[in-house]
Amino acid sequence: MAQVSLQNIRKVYPNGYEAVVPTSFDIKDGEFVVLVGPSGCGKSTLLRMVAGLEDISEGVLSIGDRNVNHVDPADRDIAMVFQNYALYPHMTVRKNIGYGLKNRKIAASEIEAKVQVAAKMLNLTDFLERKPSQLSGGQRQRVAMGRAVVRDPALFLFDEPLSNLDAKLRHQMRIEIKALQRRLGVTSIYVTHDQVEAMTMADRIIVLNAGRIEQIGTPAEIYHRPASTFVASFMGAPPMNLLKADCSEKRVILKGNVAVTANAADGPIVLGIRPEDIEVGEACDIPFTVDIVEELGAHRLLHGQLDGQDLTIHVGKDVAVSAGPIRISINPDAVVLFDAETGLAL
Amino acid sequence: MTDTTQLAIVKRPLRWGRVLDHLVLILGALFMLIPLLMVLQTTTTTDLETIKNGPELVIGDQFDDNFMSAMFQASGFSGENTGIQMLINSLILGIGFALGKIAIGMMAAYALVYFRLRFATFAFWLIFTTLLLPLEVRILPSYEIAQKLGLLNTYTGLIVPLIASATATFFFRQFFRSVPEELVEAARIDGAGPVKFFIDILVPLSQTMIAAMFIIMFVFGWNQYLWPTMVTTEEGMYTLVRGIKQLTQDLEGTNIPKYGRANMLALIAILPPVLVVIFFQSWFVKGLTESDK
Repeated sequence: MAQVSLQNIRKVYPNGYEAVVPTSFDIKDGEFVVLVGPSGCGKSTLLRMVAGLEDISEGVLSIGDRNVNHVDPADRDIAMVFQNYALYPHMTVRKNIGYGLKNRKIAASEIEAKVQVAAKMLNLTDFLERKPSQLSGGQRQRVAMGRAVVRDPALFLFDEPLSNLDAKLRHQMRIEIKALQRRLGVTSIYVTHDQVEAMTMADRIIVLNAGRIEQIGTPAEIYHRPASTFVASFMGAPPMNLLKADCSEKRVILKGNVAVTANAADGPIVLGIRPEDIEVGEACDIPFTVDIVEELGAHRLLHGQLDGQDLTIHVGKDVAVSAGPIRISINPDAVVLFDAETGLAL
Repeated sequence: MTDTTQLAIVKRPLRWGRVLDHLVLILGALFMLIPLLMVLQTTTTTDLETIKNGPELVIGDQFDDNFMSAMFQASGFSGENTGIQMLINSLILGIGFALGKIAIGMMAAYALVYFRLRFATFAFWLIFTTLLLPLEVRILPSYEIAQKLGLLNTYTGLIVPLIASATATFFFRQFFRSVPEELVEAARIDGAGPVKFFIDILVPLSQTMIAAMFIIMFVFGWNQYLWPTMVTTEEGMYTLVRGIKQLTQDLEGTNIPKYGRANMLALIAILPPVLVVIFFQSWFVKGLTESDK
């Protein structure tokens, strides 16, 4: 168990492409941090630099209080779970889990004891003699977890471990991984492009875009107070509504003569509002036409246009709406304003 | 639907195309089998009968005698080149040749694929172009080197100069490139260094590929004729393929050639490659088609 610190970590490939701009953040002991972003945002590169599989171009990486920039992956006291499991196909589950220990010249009896503990923790005891090809996707993922757990490392690294599983299994493994991490209290870095995984598993989320950090924060902060229009549109399904508007005299005027106070200079502005922060009702003040209703059982999503811009509204299952004109109102406390040019929150 | 149309479906009409297909196949099979059957027939009759009547349809009673003389009777002056000794020599050559080629090819491919070498691609193509330079082209310099190193009439001299193999390197390189990158990374994190990764992960993964290579290379090595003829002059070092030639040399003299013995030796020479192919057959197909990763 250890804290991890990245100071001005940068990655430039030999062809000059800068995959990660100088990036700094700290991870507390036992914290579960999720790196999330679209593909090509540098999140995997960052993780692989922490693992030691990729050279660090610039900056200082420390795990515990040790600078590990030039330490071999095997000696960084880390364990990694890969997207395609990366199990050794010719070894049984028992040997797969024990291989890392065997290479560390640990006595066979001790390896066996540790493998048993890990297998029990992951419900793999009955499968120890099987080969990976004889296991289901979920079981393989658990073996990969077992291989990480058995080493008792200071840091877990997860590289999109659930993206090869079907939706139902993914949901279940999400909870299992989170519970296991809680139980063991091991510091973890988890890379995903799935914002639901990020929201549900993280103690803290780091949102990355084009090799730079957009925002670091708890899931609630990221969701309710996005630092930029990128975060606002990337996190949440459906994403936050972003409406282009004009600010004059500290007020943003919307359709229906509704005004939202804005502490900003005059000029164009982007107004962000989560779909569930829009209310629907007769007494509301903004006229709106619903084009499409998405029925999702527990709730409904209404799609339409406001001032020629797409707007999505999230309503409970007891609100009966069909396509056609309705009236809505925006919760002013939930509005986030962004600079129209830079996209940063004001 | 009436009964007649149903019948027509069950009884497939005779198509001349199919007959032709089978005819070609049957002719091909006979073309391959008849020489073998003739060899088999000759091994059962006395040499006198063979030279008088040629190949016959009768199976004689000389199989045992011919077998015993082929295996245990020396044909040269020194009395060292019995069939059994030549069989051993051939096996040593075939197995040593195959294993050597596999070992060298695997290691060369490992270096080319997994290590960041300067000019790795260039090195690979350099190795690959040696396919255009078969032994026959370089036989004189090769012989000179073997001779200067004192390798004439040794198993080392028989095997080592033939071992470097572009074919094996090429196949293993293609195979290693298909091994997922994540496996290499997982092994690195698990603390497996280059040697351990090679032995613990890569060699077991390559099992089917190794088996496929073994068949090809064993048969190739077994059938070597020119190089063994150059390098071995002592009769005790003769290989089977070479020994058969010596037996039929009598044809040039006034003696009756030892047909039975020579053909028996030919039969014995065919067996090991056939057995290797039968034994490794399923691996062979797997190795070249399936990827078990």
